[in-house]
Amino acid sequence: MKFLFDSDTWQEIYGSIRKNKVRTAITIIGVLWGIFLLVVLLGAARGLENSFNKLFGNFATNSVFVWTQSTDTPFKGFQEGRRFTLTMNDIDVLKSEYSDEIKLLAPRNQTNNLIIKDFKSGDFRVSGDYPILDQIQKKQLLYGRFLNQNDILSIAKVAVISEDMYKQLFEINEFPIGQYIKINSISYKVIGVYKPSNTVNFDGDCAYIPFTTFRKVYNTANKVDWMMITANEGTDIEQMEKDVLLTLKGLHKVHPDDERAFGSVNLGKEIGKITGFIIGMQFLTWFVGIATLIAGVFAIGNILLITVKERTKEIGIRRALGATPKSIRQQIILESVFLTTIAGMLGIILGSLVLFLIDTAFGQGEDATLINPTVNIPIILIAFVTLIVLGTLIGLIPAHMATVVKPIEALREE
Amino acid sequence: MIRIEKLHKSYPIGKDSLHVLKGIDLHIKEGEFVSIMGSSGSGKSTLLNIVGLLDVHDEGNYYLNGQLIKDLNEKKAAILRNKFLGFVFQSFNLISYKTALENVALPLYYKGMARKERLKIAQEYLEKVELGPWANHLPNELSGGQKQRVAIARALVTKPKVVLADEPTGALDSTTTDSVMDLLKDINDEGMTVFVITHEEEVAEQTKRVVRLKDGLIISDELTATGKAKTV
Ligand SMILES: Nc1ncnc2c1ncn2[C@@H]1O[C@H](COP(=O)(O)OP(=O)(O)O)[C@@H](O)[C@H]1O
Ligand SMILES: [Mg+2]
Repeated sequence: MKFLFDSDTWQEIYGSIRKNKVRTAITIIGVLWGIFLLVVLLGAARGLENSFNKLFGNFATNSVFVWTQSTDTPFKGFQEGRRFTLTMNDIDVLKSEYSDEIKLLAPRNQTNNLIIKDFKSGDFRVSGDYPILDQIQKKQLLYGRFLNQNDILSIAKVAVISEDMYKQLFEINEFPIGQYIKINSISYKVIGVYKPSNTVNFDGDCAYIPFTTFRKVYNTANKVDWMMITANEGTDIEQMEKDVLLTLKGLHKVHPDDERAFGSVNLGKEIGKITGFIIGMQFLTWFVGIATLIAGVFAIGNILLITVKERTKEIGIRRALGATPKSIRQQIILESVFLTTIAGMLGIILGSLVLFLIDTAFGQGEDATLINPTVNIPIILIAFVTLIVLGTLIGLIPAHMATVVKPIEALREE
Repeated sequence: MIRIEKLHKSYPIGKDSLHVLKGIDLHIKEGEFVSIMGSSGSGKSTLLNIVGLLDVHDEGNYYLNGQLIKDLNEKKAAILRNKFLGFVFQSFNLISYKTALENVALPLYYKGMARKERLKIAQEYLEKVELGPWANHLPNELSGGQKQRVAIARALVTKPKVVLADEPTGALDSTTTDSVMDLLKDINDEGMTVFVITHEEEVAEQTKRVVRLKDGLIISDELTATGKAKTV
């Protein structure tokens, strides 16, 4: 190992590299391209993944939404095209029947209303909700708080409004909490202002009021517009969706094969598709990156082999002057390792630079498509070490070739 | 210094083999200045390469500095070459991308000498062959005679016991030939054994002993006029 710290060793390598500028450049570019591609592809894949994660980030991804439409099959004396609504009874039945599978179940009622504050007004959606909504889709609160159990029990006339409502109805810099707004001529105290998710958003700009208050004010009795169900971890969400729908069909005297009676969206299934896509892309990235890296290393081996052939005579001269086979081998292998290392480092630096540019161009702002395109340091280190090991191994071949010929044969070479 | 007994060497050529050295007996003592003459293809280079440990013989014994050379691995051969032998080739064999100074210093690198010391000694030897001012020139900036003097400086820099020269003047004109021969004479005067191949009578005359080779055998081995004068 002493030879590694010997300035002469490096002097020799510098000399041979300087002599062979073109082939050195080609070699470096081969490996550089491989690791550059690996870094950029991995980073871009990560960025895309991050973007998808952000898209669903504030949503419990194992959720199913269910609502009613109209039947498409006559059943038990009912005509086809019958309309019906979900009820609180459905909620209770589902909760008890699927207590193992269901984590959260949020019944919801919604309507559109004129909302007035002093002399300003606007048409907005109003939603009657339980506090658990905040667990299904996290609400980013700018002021105050979200609904709580107390609001439900006391049937409080309180509202959590969106940022846009606040801007539209309030004066600039006016503190919203504790102020009153009128929805359908009834006064509600503002208890929170939230920022709606700009990605997956089912509610739009919506004023959340307690579910119980909504029922009382709009006289909805037992009726439920739609529900959001979140499954416990480990639950087969597609199976749960099927089972829940079947139970609901039974409760509402709908034909078990009726396709239209209930509408549902399975967020888990949708996300599964995207996750599959991301995994596929990561696999492709690794495949392309590693294949390119290996090709690069082989290029190094190949070029070193050519170099050794080109320099057979020089090696013969060195051996006549007393170079041992070991010193010749060391020099060739070190040259290989040195070139791969330099190329690898340049590749990582250039790759990081490109990722930085991607981040600046596509990673910033509200609708960023590649958020935080980064690569793990350990992954890069592993790639780098692999590269150096491969560089050493591939360097062994030309190094061996250089020392098997007799010195006189090497010298005779022209 | 060099003792050769019944040395044989063949080159395989396809299925056949070419018998080049057919039993050479030769003894060269320390401090001798010997030339080998013979027509082209008579086996001169083959003999010198075996003596220089660049090639191996098939039969017979070869002792270098009293040590029997047999089944030598390449590492030991490299060390012996570095320690005992200095080479001068007809085609100079300088490394093209190294300066004259670096070329001269190279054998010292393989000896394990530190760079500073190495370059200092190399510079001294360049001065000795009167090429001091050319130290930082690349070989292609030098004339043939200058290149050969660099090669000689390189052969001498490790203070070898034997300098082996294969037609060192073969590529040079008569003036530069003389200057190269003068150098070899000086080296020999300092006590080094010099073993030189040539096919020029004028060159051979300047050595002290001429060995003539024909068809792989020594046909004559005698002192030159210079050699006789010196021994008397
Ligand atoms: N590596 C080799 N393979 C086959 N034949 C060789 C080889 N080297 C030399 N020869 C042959 O051996 C003979 C002696 O060569 P050499 O020693 O170079 O002669 P010289 O130096 O006296 O001209 C020649 O006929 C030459 O062709
Ligand atoms: Mg010859």
